[in-house]
Amino acid sequence: MTRYIIRRLLWLPVVLLAVSFITFTLGYYAPGDPVEVMLGQRVNPAAAERLREELGLNRPFLERYIDFVLRALSGDFGESYKYRGQPVTDLIADKVWVSVQLGLAGLTLAFAMGIPLWILAALKQGSWLDDLIVGTTLVLNSIPVFFTLPMLLLIFVRTLHWLPSSGWGGLFDSRIIIPAVVMALPGLAVITRQMRASTLDVLYQDYVRVARAKGLPESTVMVRHVVRNALLPLWTILGLSLGGLVEGFFVIETLYGIPGIGAMAVDSMFTRDYPMIMAITLLVAASFVLANLLVDIGYTFLDPRIRYD
Amino acid sequence: MTDRAALSPGVPVAGEAPVKGRSLWRVTWSRFRRRKVAVAGLVFILVVYAAGIFAPWVAPYDYRAQNLDKARQPPSWEHPLGTDELGRDILSRLIWGARTAAVVSILAVSLGTLYGVVLGALSGYLGGWVDSLIMRLADILFAFPGMLFVIFIAATIKPGFVGFVAQHEAALGLEGLARSGYLDYVVVFGALSFVGWPGMARLVRGQVLSLKNQEFVVAAQALGASTWQVVRRHLLPNALPPVLVAVSMGLGHAVTAEVVLSWLGIGVQPPNPSWGTMIWENRMQWRINPHLLLMPAATVGLVNLSFQFIGDALNDALNPRGR
Repeated sequence: MTRYIIRRLLWLPVVLLAVSFITFTLGYYAPGDPVEVMLGQRVNPAAAERLREELGLNRPFLERYIDFVLRALSGDFGESYKYRGQPVTDLIADKVWVSVQLGLAGLTLAFAMGIPLWILAALKQGSWLDDLIVGTTLVLNSIPVFFTLPMLLLIFVRTLHWLPSSGWGGLFDSRIIIPAVVMALPGLAVITRQMRASTLDVLYQDYVRVARAKGLPESTVMVRHVVRNALLPLWTILGLSLGGLVEGFFVIETLYGIPGIGAMAVDSMFTRDYPMIMAITLLVAASFVLANLLVDIGYTFLDPRIRYD
Repeated sequence: MTDRAALSPGVPVAGEAPVKGRSLWRVTWSRFRRRKVAVAGLVFILVVYAAGIFAPWVAPYDYRAQNLDKARQPPSWEHPLGTDELGRDILSRLIWGARTAAVVSILAVSLGTLYGVVLGALSGYLGGWVDSLIMRLADILFAFPGMLFVIFIAATIKPGFVGFVAQHEAALGLEGLARSGYLDYVVVFGALSFVGWPGMARLVRGQVLSLKNQEFVVAAQALGASTWQVVRRHLLPNALPPVLVAVSMGLGHAVTAEVVLSWLGIGVQPPNPSWGTMIWENRMQWRINPHLLLMPAATVGLVNLSFQFIGDALNDALNPRGR
């Protein structure tokens, strides 16, 4: 087990190195001069040259890449091109916290709504209620953010005047409600459907039949034999939902005016703020790899049948 | 298809009347047909894609034709879905947007599936270092935040690519190509297919791994079939069902991805029509003229939903355990 974790952790720097190399190369050969973006209207050749010198932009590719990697190893991702004089890590830290709060709110909502729906659908399997839940969540899963967000705005902002139409005020502000719901809806569908399927799978296993045959009360069978075994996919969903969350950040944060990492990434892309893009890409890639590792390790605790060596 | 014998159980046994063979496709279709929503979804998708492909003949107006006297109209007989800020007919713009969505999604998914199937089949069948190399590459691409990567590729490669074509278009005999905006489509589906293949490769690899030690494959090898013959005639046809489901879901994702890219302004550029640009242009209209925003958004939603229904029904219909 320890050897497995070490082997997986050794893989992390390899992935990050590959990801950083691809991102760096794309950024290096991309046209569109960050210096011109920075100086804007006031561009004059001498000043541009001086700035290039200062930022080290006129050095050869490999030298710049190695320099980037060495600095990144000590946690220094350089300064933002757009916000001059501010280290990338400082700029990103605040944004990450905003996105983490939004993501947590979305995930919590998804589980809070998804788990009761799953239990209902699995218990009433084959009834109209089951059909309704499965159908509704399927619809919610495939409707894009572009539709759900304006619909919620129409209903709760324009018609009912209950909620504000944009902005950010932290976890305990009414402005988080709409984006968190929009973020939760696709996850809700995945949770309900996946859990329903896995419950039905477990329901017909021999050990459940044995538990019933030896006369255990139905509630004990459900709680101790069915639900416990059906929970495993929930853990997988948690790991997978990270990818969906990050994609949601780009669109939802931009649409709703939330100062998070997604809106930041989109903004950096347009201003060709490469130090920011590099840092954000590496951060997301690292969290993907770590999340997958945590999911795999978690399995061994949730299901003692799973062993890695 | 070519390999019915391996797929259908209807092989006559000595002494019995030959059972009429039912091909995989016939069985699947008869099971698929029972799901009414999936059939409705299929019909909707066919209508949208056909409308898109035949847009120049189907659309009632030119998608660029402006009429400021008739701006922001609600639906009417003259303009069935109303008009936008500039008095352009929404239905026509949706139909032309369907053309973009159809072209991009079909090409992106075919290319991504091609890479994925070839690499996944090689990886699963050959094993060894080829397998390690391909799967590690897939792992790395998986670690990339997908959408961010597509945005990044589209934003960084496009200007250089367009510039390159502009320099060489005379030599290729394709004058005006760089300015036509068609290259936007190439960049978008190129980027999408590049990000899309690892999932497909893993799927196909898993299928091939579970198939390659089965008796009919071993028998084919023992009879002297070449690697290529085994892969093409025995492994791929049997690995096909989950691939088809993934393709159906993938088309929906590709449509959404194109919408996101165009919405961000790095996909298909105006005046070329796209549902994404329509959503972006009307993003502020939800308060005053919500239908301007909801029409394109609902179209994207319905297309996605239809692909989901089709994929789901296909999954059930192709699943041998449920047969």
